[in-house]
Amino acid sequence: MNWQQVINGLTIGSIYSIVALGYTLVFGVLQILNMAHGEIFMMGAFIGLMMVVKFQAPLPVAFLAAVLVTAILGYLLERFALRPLRGKAGVSHLAPLISTIGVSIFLENLAHHWFGAETHPFPVSFATISYQIGGVKISLVQLTIFIISITLMVGLSLWLSRTKAGTALRATAENIETASLLGVNTQKIITLTVVIASVMGGIAGVLVGMAFNAVSPQMGLEIGLKGLAIIILGGMGNIKGAMVGGLILGMTEVMSVAFGYSGYRDAIAFLMIIVILLIRPQGLFGQSAPQVRK
Amino acid sequence: MKKWMKVVGLIVSVMLLLSVVACGSQGTSGEGGEQSGETESGEKVAKIGVISYLTGDGAAYGEAITSGFEMARDELNEKHKGELKIELVIEDSAGKRDQALNAAQKLINSDNVLAILGPTLSSEMFVVGPEANAAGVPIMGTSNTAKGIPEIGDYVFRNSIPESLAIPAALKKAVDEFGIQKVAIIYGSDDDFTVSGYEVMKKAAEDLGLEILTTEEYATGDTDFSAQLTNIQAAEPDAILASSLYKEGGLIVDQARKMGLDVPFVGGNGFNSPQFINQAGEAANNLVVASPWFPERDDAQVKEFVAKFEEKYGKQPDQFAAQAYDALYIMAQAILDAGTVTDRDAVRDALANIKDFDGVTGDFSFDEIGDPVMEPVVLIVKDGKFVEFK
Repeated sequence: MNWQQVINGLTIGSIYSIVALGYTLVFGVLQILNMAHGEIFMMGAFIGLMMVVKFQAPLPVAFLAAVLVTAILGYLLERFALRPLRGKAGVSHLAPLISTIGVSIFLENLAHHWFGAETHPFPVSFATISYQIGGVKISLVQLTIFIISITLMVGLSLWLSRTKAGTALRATAENIETASLLGVNTQKIITLTVVIASVMGGIAGVLVGMAFNAVSPQMGLEIGLKGLAIIILGGMGNIKGAMVGGLILGMTEVMSVAFGYSGYRDAIAFLMIIVILLIRPQGLFGQSAPQVRK
Repeated sequence: MKKWMKVVGLIVSVMLLLSVVACGSQGTSGEGGEQSGETESGEKVAKIGVISYLTGDGAAYGEAITSGFEMARDELNEKHKGELKIELVIEDSAGKRDQALNAAQKLINSDNVLAILGPTLSSEMFVVGPEANAAGVPIMGTSNTAKGIPEIGDYVFRNSIPESLAIPAALKKAVDEFGIQKVAIIYGSDDDFTVSGYEVMKKAAEDLGLEILTTEEYATGDTDFSAQLTNIQAAEPDAILASSLYKEGGLIVDQARKMGLDVPFVGGNGFNSPQFINQAGEAANNLVVASPWFPERDDAQVKEFVAKFEEKYGKQPDQFAAQAYDALYIMAQAILDAGTVTDRDAVRDALANIKDFDGVTGDFSFDEIGDPVMEPVVLIVKDGKFVEFK
């Protein structure tokens, strides 16, 4: 077993998990695939980068700025691309999907226009610091990514299970009408969900920029597709599924390279997803009788 | 009544003016379906199509290339005033094969260009080349370095140095200087250019008797190379041979250095860009690459070109700009030699006969199939700059 590769797999896997969490939250509550998530992720990365490069801000400030901007973007997304389509007679259930695709194209081109087509390096002051533990080398960047990812995942789980707002969110996901009858302000919960999902995406964006030293307007597309694959693998709308699914995908990718099949990396990763779905069509943590709520 | 007359008069005069403008533009710039030809003053107009990668991931390549063309065009039109006027019809391929092919068809069939320069990527040339060749339009790549480009047909040329010439030169120099015995290879397995570079690297390494410890692949657009580099690190090579475009190349070198992989890199043509250093920063040091272009060369023509380019575009010309600049000069020479701006076959023959052309990238000739014959310079990155590797 090559522990160095396990570390690589955990790094990329935990980033995938956070991206997938954003998708799964929105899907759980709204039953909508938010195709703009990848581009909000990319915007988060650019905001973080701008803070670090243009304003020489320390990393925590860069994260805060990315959180702030992606929260606003999340709000705008919900307010202008999702809310007008909700609950209206005659609106196809695919309409929100299309409007989020529109938002994603808009954001990508905006980034293209503002920041250029090139891949920008993401300078991190502690990029070269690493620790030797046994035969394994862990860089401070990787460590930071782990800590932030795990904090986010644990924090989100606790928030969902322990707080009133989290309970309201789960109730809304369970059944929006019942939750509304029981006095939950579902409109507010939906907005909150999209904002939290976007913030997760924004943080993941800065993490990816840091991890691979690369930020580009196209970065949202690929990771967005992976995020989608992960929530299908983990079970649509399932929080635990997104976390575990992300780690599985990251680990599979790295291991296929580690065992000498670097040319088939994505093929192996997606083949594995197909196999898991053949065995468990509802996804790893999905309920066996999906779509009971409507 | 008078007012009414005035309005009619105004309309008529505007229409007259418009028709004059339209005629004017047709006569000189030959918009639309007009062919290359002669203006009233006896100046011949040669319409040359350009297919370039202007939007998307590799837009920086296209930008450099078109800057080189435009600068050469302005200089040439000044130099041959009254004799030959070159017009460029620039089309964007976005780095995509289908879009490059569409652009070529438009240039050949509706713009009726005399010849084509470009496209940017080898993968694009493999679809555009046969099309131009079948239509009998001379086409010259200025940045295609993969194997088998001039072999497409009689009308296909390139002035970019092929990988099969550049990589062995760079590798040989690196082996001599660093005493390399064992190497690892990393390359992009889904792009004609990087795959062709890999094949050349493998062969060059074998010819030099080097041991290839491991070969790693990645896909275009990847950003995480930690798994591949961990494998390479475990194999403990003396050097890493990398065949990739600067985008992935910059990331690979950067991530390798951060992992503590400090061995020299030997790269293909994709690394030949200031963008690469911009991306990789200090990590770029000790990368060896062979290039037809070295901006610090002690040569009056080179110095003049660099100074003019910097003045016009605010940055140093890279290899792609320099090759494009030379390419248009070579094309113009061929057109003047052929003495025609309508006969594509004559231009092709004149192009094939170009010998000892003295350009900014050095002394240039075509071989019998249309590949360049020239000496590459081996460069190494030191302190964040390309310097001649001596």
